[in-house]
Amino acid sequence: MKSILLGTVALALTSVAAFAGSHSVVRMGTEGAYPPYNFLNDDGEVDGFEREVGDEMCARAELTCEWVTNEWDSIIPNLVSGNYDTIIAGMSITDERDEVIDFTQDYFPPTASAYVAASADADLMGGVVAAQSATIQAGYVASTGAALIEFATPEETIAAVRAGEADAVLADRDYLAPLVDASGGELVFVGDPVPLGGGVGMGLRESDGEMLAKFDAAITSMKEDGTLNALLIKWFGEDTQTY
Amino acid sequence: MFSFCTDPSTLDSWRWMACYLTTGKHMSLYWSFGTVLLLLAITAPVALAFGFAGATAARSRIAPLRWIGKGYTAIVRGVPDIAFFLFFVIALDQAFEYLRHKVKCPGWDQPIRQGNDFIVCAEAKLPLGNAAQWLHEVYGFSLAVLTFAIVFGAFAANVLFGAMRAVPRAQIETAEAYGLNQRQTFWRILVPQMWVYALPGLSNLWMVLIKATPLLFLLGVEDIVYWARELGGTKTPQFTDYPHVDWRMWYFLFLLIFYLGFTKLSETVLDRIMLRLTHGQATSGGEAQRKAA
Repeated sequence: MKSILLGTVALALTSVAAFAGSHSVVRMGTEGAYPPYNFLNDDGEVDGFEREVGDEMCARAELTCEWVTNEWDSIIPNLVSGNYDTIIAGMSITDERDEVIDFTQDYFPPTASAYVAASADADLMGGVVAAQSATIQAGYVASTGAALIEFATPEETIAAVRAGEADAVLADRDYLAPLVDASGGELVFVGDPVPLGGGVGMGLRESDGEMLAKFDAAITSMKEDGTLNALLIKWFGEDTQTY
Repeated sequence: MFSFCTDPSTLDSWRWMACYLTTGKHMSLYWSFGTVLLLLAITAPVALAFGFAGATAARSRIAPLRWIGKGYTAIVRGVPDIAFFLFFVIALDQAFEYLRHKVKCPGWDQPIRQGNDFIVCAEAKLPLGNAAQWLHEVYGFSLAVLTFAIVFGAFAANVLFGAMRAVPRAQIETAEAYGLNQRQTFWRILVPQMWVYALPGLSNLWMVLIKATPLLFLLGVEDIVYWARELGGTKTPQFTDYPHVDWRMWYFLFLLIFYLGFTKLSETVLDRIMLRLTHGQATSGGEAQRKAA
């Protein structure tokens, strides 16, 4: 056992040394399961609004970026321990998260979350409401008095509503809209939209101030020349909020 | 994949299916079967080695070694797997980076822990920040193997510890009477005989290990369950050429068949091993073999 451990350490210490010193790569961490923000396309590559925004930001900041996917639940711990350098995963800027990581300015304006149910008379305040775990929506549902059931992926929250396990699901309206459109009347928006969060920003380690400034500047320039608005309209439709 | 796949919405169902099942994403699913099998093939022997070392340490005459062996089995078996995978792996990764940091950047004056952040110099990152994606994947995979080996090694250690004690005392006494020293008794008498007692417990562990691979995604390694969930999920026409409703049931049914087949195969192999190990043993199985012969 000792030799295996030592061997692993030795391998770890030496194996990648040869790659040191070349250009630096910024690793962009995302979930890959939240269209239109981020999802895996038919080729299995990260695609979506954030892919395009992220690539454009990297181009403007003159950084080489690489995309990686990580499960939502462990997306912050893996950032702070350095497995990737940014979180660009439809993550709303909240005070709780801001204590652990830093956010760029928002690249997606504060928008409404919405309830979706299988019938228009679903009980949103006293019934069972599904949400993805560790999201602002889950926090909100817990505060309304409805029974909250949490799921690890957004997909499962929708499936719970279809299966009748939950009366409704609370998620970002932009994530739900394509699903409601494609459901052919099976799923409907219920109740009023709920404004939550301070917009979506990119998460970085608190110690990465220099990179944060670069990305912030890139977002500012994209807001100024209208690139960001064009992308917002491309992915979220004409009615979406723009800058 | 096929030349007729350019506009899937116009295809009849067989061709559509052929195109659908050969998208890049599905190829990732097929590859992930290889990942899982490779993980099992590497983890099982390494975990067994950990287990053997743990069991040997736990029955050592040297007290500190015994404490290590007993502590290892007790602590690792007591911590929930998911907690182990979430926190231990990150800790392990940081430990490696810390060691490299100490070796490679002696002149570094900033603290490594800054609030929540873990900062080592760029040369100490593991893999290096600018390494190719496959290196990151290989590294994640190796961490997964090591973590699985530590967790399952603890269970295996307990099984082997019990198996070593189950070898009849008379066998050991006879060995001593023949003048074998302790090392000889251990390697020539105890170890060859203990496997027959250990195998039922080890085969259970193997079965659990086969099904534990979804924990891999916590480490960023994409296994078959991850891809089945991803591919089976509802796909709306805006984001794919192959829209479909929630098909996770079919994907999971496929996984069910795969796992059942794999279990059946494992049982057949384990039965054969059991037969061989029983041969000439002072157990009821060995006795039955002797009579039948």
